[in-house]
Amino acid sequence: MFENLSEKLERSFKLLKGQGKITEINVAETLKDIRRALLDADVNFKTAKTFTETVKEKAMGQNVLTAVKPEQMMVKIVHDELTQLMGGATTDINIKGSPAVILIAGLQGSGKTTFTGKLANHLKSKRSKNVLLVAGDVYRPAAINQLQVLGQQIGVPVYTEEGSKDPVKIAKDAIKEAKQKGYDLVIVDTAGRLAVDEEMMNEIAAIKDAVKPDEILFVVDSMTGQDAVNTAKEFNDRLNFDGVVLTKLDGDTRGGAALSIRSVVNKPIKFVGTGEKMDALDVFHPSRMADRILGMGDIVSLVERAQEQFDAEEAQKLQRKIAKNQFSFNDFLSQIQQIKKMGSLKDLAGMIPGMGKAIKNMDLDDDAFKEVEAIIYSMTPQERETPEIINGSRRKRIAAGSGTTIQEVNRLIKQFEDTRKVMKMMSQGKNLSRMMANMPMGKR
Amino acid sequence: MGLFGSFTRAKKEKLDEGLAKTKESVIQKLTRVVVGKSKVDDDVLDELEEVLISSDVGVDTTIKIIERIEKRVARDKFINAQELDKILKEEIRALLAENAASENSDFDLPEGKTPYVIMVVGVNGVGKTTTIGKLAHKFKSAGKSVMLGAGDTFRAAAIDQLEIWAQRVNVPIVKQKMGSDPASVAFDTLSSAKAEGVDVVIIDTAGRLHNKVNLMNELSKVKRVMQKVVPDAPHEVLLVLDGSTGQNAFEQARQFTLATDVNALAITKLDGTAKGGVVIGVSDQFKVPVKYIGIGEGIDDLQPFNRDAFVDSLFGN
Repeated sequence: MFENLSEKLERSFKLLKGQGKITEINVAETLKDIRRALLDADVNFKTAKTFTETVKEKAMGQNVLTAVKPEQMMVKIVHDELTQLMGGATTDINIKGSPAVILIAGLQGSGKTTFTGKLANHLKSKRSKNVLLVAGDVYRPAAINQLQVLGQQIGVPVYTEEGSKDPVKIAKDAIKEAKQKGYDLVIVDTAGRLAVDEEMMNEIAAIKDAVKPDEILFVVDSMTGQDAVNTAKEFNDRLNFDGVVLTKLDGDTRGGAALSIRSVVNKPIKFVGTGEKMDALDVFHPSRMADRILGMGDIVSLVERAQEQFDAEEAQKLQRKIAKNQFSFNDFLSQIQQIKKMGSLKDLAGMIPGMGKAIKNMDLDDDAFKEVEAIIYSMTPQERETPEIINGSRRKRIAAGSGTTIQEVNRLIKQFEDTRKVMKMMSQGKNLSRMMANMPMGKR
Repeated sequence: MGLFGSFTRAKKEKLDEGLAKTKESVIQKLTRVVVGKSKVDDDVLDELEEVLISSDVGVDTTIKIIERIEKRVARDKFINAQELDKILKEEIRALLAENAASENSDFDLPEGKTPYVIMVVGVNGVGKTTTIGKLAHKFKSAGKSVMLGAGDTFRAAAIDQLEIWAQRVNVPIVKQKMGSDPASVAFDTLSSAKAEGVDVVIIDTAGRLHNKVNLMNELSKVKRVMQKVVPDAPHEVLLVLDGSTGQNAFEQARQFTLATDVNALAITKLDGTAKGGVVIGVSDQFKVPVKYIGIGEGIDDLQPFNRDAFVDSLFGN
């Protein structure tokens, strides 16, 4: 997500490469590039200035002690500073009340309603909460329907008051209902509003007073420019919110707003939105984000996502099959399904260190597996279980059935056999990276 | 005509109101920078840089503007804040003027293009549907018959949202179910517009991030399918940009232009604290004219973009 900033910093650091030690002169050039990169990334003008000054101080101070690889030291300093700027440790949301009340606020189009749906889904499925959604956007045409449709998708009820134009009353009534019906958690969606709109800002302050939320989340579009700090500051002055939600991070924005908001209002970023689907929500991890900014990838997130989708029992069964060299096309297919469940290929690849830059302009199709699947689906059950029987005429039939060519079928079978071999080796203790190199998706 | 071209007094006031926040900060800062100075020194340029960067003009464009001002000052010798302000305005206006912006302020339509097809594209949450509602109202008020096509078949309740706008403005809308093929909706809309002799067709599309290849391909397909009904459609591909968006606006302009040959821009939400500096930057680096600006949620809060009025309002008088 921050490829561009990473690239720029990489280039800055290359300038330092090959120099014996950090001096005023060589650090000045790098700092200028870092500052420029931050500004290009929409980091607030003042934040960028302060940031580069701090980095400079640290760099010059360290230089006296050590004179090892200056660019490595700069990476570390910049990384540490970024992490600190974005909030140090991870902060959870407060959902202790009964019912706990979460209030969502933000500008028009920042993604409040979509986030509200995602948060409800997250709290329902991962924290086993009994959630009630409240449709408090009585202004935008069809905003209430939008929340209702999302509620239906995730199986969470939505409280609405037909025809009412009073979001304060709606919110109060919803909480009454939640108490009566025993909901653990109420999430109140609100209309988008501009910080300069006095009337609307009074309204949300009134909603806050009426429902006494345990958690107020400010939702902001990660593509926001220099204005992010002004808006965040205004909302914070009025609501004293508890955390920030950064949306649309699956775009290619450099997301500098994340840095500035954190430094200006001193509130943690708690969630990031990474897609339009209801499960495209991640908890914000400042240090991982800093890694990401610096192009170090996000291996931890990748591992967690893999774990979530991974069926332990299934895996054991598979392992036994591999050991006996019985890995079949059916297993292969279910592996593909699992990978697909983990998210879009581009997202996943972006988390691997060093890959961000490599795939930036690549057309990494989410349908990459389509042909492979088509070929396998065109095989008979027997062929899938015992691939050895697939002879020339069977290959011809499979190619015709899947709308591919014999060459493509041959290639897949060859790759499958290679994979099988490597898996067998792996099950006897060989390493994983060789298997990865033989995966069919790498060869498209 | 005066400085504001076709802007009426009321329109000008509305724009001023929306941009008031910007005006104050820029003129105040400029005054502070040049007070007691007789020439442009590094301090002045630093402050100028801050003013421009903080308005989302972007580093490249800011450098360009500053270089132009330095050249001008070396030639003309500037003395006070008023003069610096005047030079700054002139230089920015010049950047905007380098576009062949068609200033279509009367919502007139070119001859021989009936129906005139406008396809509206942009990332999520920039205000496409609202812009379409306001645009339909403008065309209708100008005596044109309008038809809307509910091409955002993806986002929950997007069709309902456009339908409410269609009712408000009292224009017909062509729609299918949520999840249906947007290209098919566009096809239906154009077919019935053609049959009924409608003047303007506005096609909504789902918000999409410009780095999603499949979704961008889908847009190209919608465009191609339209051409089966009206061979030179869409006549206008309007990219809607959120006025508070930062430098990512450039990438949006680039990718949407690649997929759909964007030939007009609309900048929304300029009634907030956002500076709208992105207009200058995008105009400078992309030779696509800014056609409309959105300055509120009301049905009348859409104006044709007028660069003179815009620059004047941006920096005050």
